[in-house]
Amino acid sequence: MFLWFHKLGSPPHFYRIAGKWIPWLGWIFLLLLAAGLYGGLVEAPPDYQQGESYRIIFVHVPAAWMSLFVYVVMAVCWAVIIIWHMKLAEVVLISSAPIGASFTFLALVTGSLWGKPMWGTYWVWDARLTSELILLFLYLGIIGLHNAIEDKRTAGRAVAILALVGVVNIPIIHYSVEWWHSLHQGPTVTKFDKPSIHWSMLLPLLLMALAFQVYYVLALFQRCRAELLRRERNHKWVGEL
Amino acid sequence: MLEFLKMGGYAAYVWPSYGLAALVLWLNWYLPCKQHDNELRQLKRRKKAEKK
Repeated sequence: MFLWFHKLGSPPHFYRIAGKWIPWLGWIFLLLLAAGLYGGLVEAPPDYQQGESYRIIFVHVPAAWMSLFVYVVMAVCWAVIIIWHMKLAEVVLISSAPIGASFTFLALVTGSLWGKPMWGTYWVWDARLTSELILLFLYLGIIGLHNAIEDKRTAGRAVAILALVGVVNIPIIHYSVEWWHSLHQGPTVTKFDKPSIHWSMLLPLLLMALAFQVYYVLALFQRCRAELLRRERNHKWVGEL
Repeated sequence: MLEFLKMGGYAAYVWPSYGLAALVLWLNWYLPCKQHDNELRQLKRRKKAEKK
């Protein structure tokens, strides 16, 4: 197990493995996406209160979930960097940031496009929306800090600490709809008893969430490959490509 | 079909959401691919220069 972990952490090995996985992940993503879109846009019935507008959830909710998930991945990278000094974790961390930022951006914009017809406003400064906006700033801060520091090893460690500090925001976002009165609706899927959403809507939602998850790995792999080539351009393994 | 595109009167909100999602997913794939190819191209150029 440790040997496997160690091997995976080696840049040339990761570069090769990721390259092999990308086409497979691509097909899985497209299949999940097609099934999710069909289920969400065609099969699922309109909502009895929100009509057709609720169909925005099929992109809004997966994007919002992923915005949190990617940030948690980055915080885990911090631990790997501190404990094992693994170079690859730095690459994964900084390659995740732009993907996470764009998921956050997508969640915010689709949310406000949903908010306008349902709440009557694009934006309110309530707990859920504001904490998600802070998440976007955290992502942007991490990208900015990484770009500002010339030495990439130092930059990697600096952004890892910023990623860790920001992780306090994650439970705040998740529980914000329960802790504060919010315009945002409460959780409908991640409830401990039964989700209060019908399976005809839940199934496409989960398919889309899975598609986004696979997409993240896909985009992350490709970004990591590019970043590895850039960082290690003077290494022997890159010369042998 | 037209009914579907109208989205019960919410077309102005639903379709931009999906459009933006498509754009975000496409860019996140396209940009790293381009960067990766650039690196490989530079690598080839360097190799050629070394041979000379």
